[in-house]
Amino acid sequence: MHELAITRNIVAIVGEAAQGRHVTRVTLEIGKLSGVMADAVAFCFDIVAAGTAASGAQLDIHEIDGRARCRDCGAEFAADTLFTPCPCGSRHCERLAGEELNVKALELEEAA
Amino acid sequence: MCGHCGCSGALHDEQDGSDWHVHADGTRHSHGHAHDHGHRHHDHDHGHDHHHHEHAAVIELETRILAKNDALAARNRAWFAGREMLALNLVSSPGAGKTTLLERTIRDLAGEFAIGVLEGDQATDLDRDRIRAAGAPAVQLNTGTGCHLEADMVARGLEQLRPAFGSVLLIENVGNLVCPAMFDLGERAKIVVLSVTEGDDKPAKYPHMFAAAELMLINKIDLLPHVDFSVERAIGCARAINPAMASLCLSARSGEGLAPWYDWLRREAKTARSAMTD
Repeated sequence: MHELAITRNIVAIVGEAAQGRHVTRVTLEIGKLSGVMADAVAFCFDIVAAGTAASGAQLDIHEIDGRARCRDCGAEFAADTLFTPCPCGSRHCERLAGEELNVKALELEEAA
Repeated sequence: MCGHCGCSGALHDEQDGSDWHVHADGTRHSHGHAHDHGHRHHDHDHGHDHHHHEHAAVIELETRILAKNDALAARNRAWFAGREMLALNLVSSPGAGKTTLLERTIRDLAGEFAIGVLEGDQATDLDRDRIRAAGAPAVQLNTGTGCHLEADMVARGLEQLRPAFGSVLLIENVGNLVCPAMFDLGERAKIVVLSVTEGDDKPAKYPHMFAAAELMLINKIDLLPHVDFSVERAIGCARAINPAMASLCLSARSGEGLAPWYDWLRREAKTARSAMTD
């Protein structure tokens, strides 16, 4: 369950950026090849965020599909797994997308 | 339209019957909170009329979630480089033989170079004591409920271990083929130990770890006659994920195949020593 550690990092990043203001929405980017399960992060988020600036915030997760470029033939292709080969058969590939793990944006409550 | 949030084109996630909604663009969000798309948090009286979405301040962050760990790992890496040290992160499932391999390596290479060990386990000092008995300084890092080491734990361990200039630091991660793959500790390389009793399909089942490692040590080869493990299949599986991965077969118990592992260590230690003068 590294998602708990990941979620603690998310809440810490959010807390620092919020500077005491209340956060109403957190938007994440999680690549499908990142090794982090979006569902598990969502499961941890409410518990980890409780009592912090992000307590009760809505969590939006953009899941990003894997894409790779073949180093042999140059083709770009959809990579659903870490071991998806290029359609040409080569496994010498560079991953272009799918490994993202980012806090993309926050929405803050306006001070009364 | 999604009846819960009013978003158009939303599909309810039927899989688990949870509050998750999945939209056509792949965005998913939950409604299990007090602050969903409604304005329930405005039930207190502000004395003026406004809507949340018109006034909401948005901060575009684009921050990597692991930025803090990666920054600390970079600091560890610079610290190692300044001391001309070789630092390696040993990962495997529990019981693959990491500690036995370290004990053997420390005994066989005694006098050749100084080796220090950081021992990661959820609980107990048992492995630290085994390493010290083998003749190397060691610090135990207990993660409690944690399933992996992080860069700050290594930095704290280094303060206690105080490894010598030009030494080799072997970091034995928590036995786990999943989580340690995600966390950079500042090591020169991750080395994955796979024992023949685990099955030759492990690289396919735990691809992230085998993608992250530079060297695979197939351990317990003295047991090969007794198990259905194909070395060829294991290496083929690992190379399908990580074509650049090197692999060595050995037995920490019988000593078979250790020489190429020691040669690998010597070569990497020498590179670490000469990196600053190049």
